[in-house]
Amino acid sequence: MKLESRVPSGPLAEKWDKHRFEMKLVNPANKRKYTAIVVGTGLAGGSAAASLAELGYNVKAFCFQDSARRAHSIGAQGGINAAKNYQNDGDSIWRLFYDTIKGGDFRSREGNVYRLAQVSNNIIDQCVAQGVPFARDYGGTLDNRSFGGAQVSRTFYARGQTGQQLLLGAYAALNRQIGRGQVEMHPRTEMLDLVLIDGHAKGIVVRNLATGKIESHAADAVVLATGGYGRVFNLSTMGLGCNVTAAYRAYKRGALFANPCFTQIHPTCIPHTGEFQSKLTLMSESLRNDGRIWVPKKKGETRPPSQIPEDERDYYLERKYPSFGNLAPRDISSRSAKEVCDEGRGVGPTGYGVYLDFSDAIKRLGKNIIEQRYGNLFEMYHLITDEDPYEVPMRIYPASHYTMGGLWVDYNLMSNIPGLHVIGEANFSDHGANRLGASALMQGLADGYFILPYTISDYFARVGAKNISTDREEFRAAEKEVKDRVKKLMAVNGKQTAESFHKRLGIIMWEYCGMARNEAGLKKALELIPALREEFWSDVKVLGEAGDMNQTLERAGRVADFLEFAEIFAYDALNREESCGAHFREEYQTGEGEALRNDKKFAYVAAWEYKGVGQKPGLHKEELEFENVELATRSYK
Amino acid sequence: MNFTLHVWRQKNARDKGRMETYRAHDITPDMSFLEMLDVVNEELVEKGTEPIHFDHDCREGICGACSLVINGIPHGGKKGCTTCELRMRNFKDGDEIYVEPFRAKALPVVKDLMVDRSALDRIMQAGGFVSVSTGAVPDGNAIPVPKAVADKAMDAAACIGCGACIAACKNASAMLFVAAKVSHLVHLPQGQVERERRVRNMVAQMDKEGFGNCTNYYECEAVCPKSISVEVIAKMNREYLKALTKPVK
Repeated sequence: MKLESRVPSGPLAEKWDKHRFEMKLVNPANKRKYTAIVVGTGLAGGSAAASLAELGYNVKAFCFQDSARRAHSIGAQGGINAAKNYQNDGDSIWRLFYDTIKGGDFRSREGNVYRLAQVSNNIIDQCVAQGVPFARDYGGTLDNRSFGGAQVSRTFYARGQTGQQLLLGAYAALNRQIGRGQVEMHPRTEMLDLVLIDGHAKGIVVRNLATGKIESHAADAVVLATGGYGRVFNLSTMGLGCNVTAAYRAYKRGALFANPCFTQIHPTCIPHTGEFQSKLTLMSESLRNDGRIWVPKKKGETRPPSQIPEDERDYYLERKYPSFGNLAPRDISSRSAKEVCDEGRGVGPTGYGVYLDFSDAIKRLGKNIIEQRYGNLFEMYHLITDEDPYEVPMRIYPASHYTMGGLWVDYNLMSNIPGLHVIGEANFSDHGANRLGASALMQGLADGYFILPYTISDYFARVGAKNISTDREEFRAAEKEVKDRVKKLMAVNGKQTAESFHKRLGIIMWEYCGMARNEAGLKKALELIPALREEFWSDVKVLGEAGDMNQTLERAGRVADFLEFAEIFAYDALNREESCGAHFREEYQTGEGEALRNDKKFAYVAAWEYKGVGQKPGLHKEELEFENVELATRSYK
Repeated sequence: MNFTLHVWRQKNARDKGRMETYRAHDITPDMSFLEMLDVVNEELVEKGTEPIHFDHDCREGICGACSLVINGIPHGGKKGCTTCELRMRNFKDGDEIYVEPFRAKALPVVKDLMVDRSALDRIMQAGGFVSVSTGAVPDGNAIPVPKAVADKAMDAAACIGCGACIAACKNASAMLFVAAKVSHLVHLPQGQVERERRVRNMVAQMDKEGFGNCTNYYECEAVCPKSISVEVIAKMNREYLKALTKPVK
C-alpha cells in the first residue's frame, strides 16, 4: 500500500487555495441527495456536523453522552491559538506554522500545518460571531495571552473555560441545524463497527445505550470525530467515557493507525492520591505564566515548603532552560518533573509531585491580580486538595492528556478507506510528536468548520450519491458480529470487573510506555498486554442485560478494545528508535539528557495495518518531506 | 471512613423504583463522591449485583453530566461544586447518606440515578443560538464589546446544563437554565438581531416540555454549581415581555 498524502504541489502559502479550486463541487440542488454520518460531537464533530448541514447535506450525528454538549472538548481550560497578531508582537501565519511544526519536533506534514495556521484566524471570527464570550480588554477588543511555550501572545481565551465556550458555540450551531431538521441527532449512542461497501465507508453499526438495541445507519460518507485514546493509561485528564473503540473498530476494518506512540503527558495536573482515584485533574498550563516550579535540592526533604530557604530550592526549569524557564514545552516540562521525582526529590505524600509556587507572583502583582487571572483554578485546586494555593504552593505532576497519534488521513482528512474521514484529535495529522498548548481547540475547529466541508464535497462529487439501504448484506453481517461480541462479553461470567482490568492495563502502559520508554520495557509490555487480554476474556464479569441500559457492558467493551489497541501502541514505540517530542526513548538522548531525533531514519509517519488480534501489525511509512523549514534541533535553552 | 448509603434503584423508565441500602467501606477523605460510588459499585459487581447507574464523564465539574440529589440537595449542597467535585471530607465518618436522581416531570428517570435531560437540548434547539453560518462573518475585532459586558455574558454562559436548578425548584422550573442562555446572548451585540425571536421560542419550548414557572424561591441559584445569579431570570422576564409587545418577525 502506497500512502499518498495528497498534499498539493506549489508554494506552501498557495497550496490550500490551489487545492480548494481544484476540488470538485456538489451543485446546491444536489446536496440534499447526500448524507454524512458524523460520530462524536466535540469541537471537531459538532462544528463539522453543523457546517455540513448548513451547506445542505443531510447529517446524522452520534454521541455516547446524554447530550452533544458534554463531549470532552469541554474540559480544555487554557485557550485557542490564532495568528491574528492583534498584539503587534510579531506573530504571523508563518510563525504559527513554524512554532507548530517545530513544537511537533518535525514529525508532521508542512502542508497540513500551514493550512491549520491559515484558517486559525477564521476560527476566531466565527466563534465571536456565534457569541462566544472571549476575554476582552477595556477598549472592547479581544484579549490574548502567551501560552504553552509561545513567545508571542496569540492565545484567545474565555476565563479558564475556553473549551467549554467554544464547544457551546459549536453545539449552538449544531442545535440550529437539529431544529431545522437538517441534522438527525442520536445521543446516548455508541458506534461499534464501521460498514464498508465495495471498499468505501458507507455506514456504521451502533448500540443505543439507553435501550441496548443494535442498529445500522447508512450514509454516503462517515466522519469519525471520536477524540483521543489517552485513557489507555486509565488515569488521565480525559473524561471517563473517552475511548478508542470507534477508531479501533475502523482500524480493524482496514483503516491505518498512525503514530500511536505519540501521546502527550501534560505537566500540570493534580498528583495522584490513592488507588481508587478515577481521574487526574488538569490545572491549566496558563498557571506556568506566573507560577514557579521547584523541588527541594535535598533528597527526602521533609520540611514544609515555607520552611525551605531559597538557596535550598531547585527551580529546575529555570535552571535548565533559562530562556523559556517555566514555560518550556509540555514534553520537556513533564520529563523534567519525572526526573527530579525519580531522583527522590519529589514532594507530597507519594513523592510524585513538584511545587508550582505563586508566592513571588503574589508579591510582585498582588493577590488581586492573581485572583483575576486564575481565581477559578485556585478554587478548583482548593476544593480537590483542601490546600489553599494562595498560602501553600500547589503540587502538580504530569498526566496523560492528549494523543497526537490517530487514524491516518491524507490532506483531505480522508483515511486510506475511501469515504472514511477522520477529524480532530481522532486523526494524527497536525501536531507531529508533540502538541503545543492551545492548539487542540484550533485543530478541532479548523477541521470541522473550514477543512472537512470542502474536502468531503470533493469526495461526494467524485463518487456520486448512492442512496444505500441498511438492508444490505454488509450491514447484516456487521450487526451480527457486534451482537456476537456483546454476547461473548456477557458470557465470560468470570470474577473480575472490567474496571480492575483497565487499572492494570493503565499501570503497564504508564510504567513501560509512559514518559520515558526503552526497548526492554516495551518488549516487556508486549508480553504483559496479551497475557492481561487473555485473562480478561476468561475472567471478566459483566452483569445486567444486553438489551437494556448497561454501564458495565459499555465499559467492558471499551476496555476490551484498549487491551488490543495497547499492543499497536507498544509496537510503534518500539519501532521508533529515536526520541522526538513526547516520545522519549532512553537509548536515544544527548549527553545532557535531551531528545535525540534521527531524521535520516525516522522522518516518517508510521501507519499500522491490522493483521489480526495479537499479530504484529503491518508497518506502512509515509516519508515526510520538508521543503520550507530546516530540521533544526529543538532547543528551549 | 465508612458510610451507610440509601440509594434510589430503578431498573428502567417503566419500573416503579425503590430505595436500597448499601455500605461504603474504607473511603478516604480525598475521594470524590463519585469515586466513593465507584468503590461501592466494584463491590456490588463482585457480589453479583448490578452496579448503581449514574451519568458522569469529565469528573472535574465542567461537562454537566453528573447529577444526583444528595441528602435532599442537588450536587450535595457545597457552594459552587458539582457532585463529581464534592469530596468525602465534607461528610462525617459513619454518616447516613441519601442519594436520589434529579426529580422533575420533564426529566424522567432512565435508570437508577440517570435522568433524561433531552428536554434541555430541545429548548436550545428552539433558539439558543445566533443564526450565523460558517464563513460569513466579520473580523473578530470588528465590533468592540465593553469588557464589563463581555464579563456579564461570560457569567451567564458558564452554565453547564446539569439541570440542578430544575431539581432544586419546587416548581421544577427550568428558568435559570433558559435565562442563562437568553442573558448570555442578549448581552452581546451578536445576539441582538434575534433577541425577540429567541426568547419567545425558547420560553415556548420550555413550557411545552412541562417545566414550571419561577416563583422567586432562589433555590436554583443556591445549588447552581456555577453560581449563576437569578438576575438572569429577571433579565429574561424583561426580554420576554418586551418581545411580546413587538410583532413577530
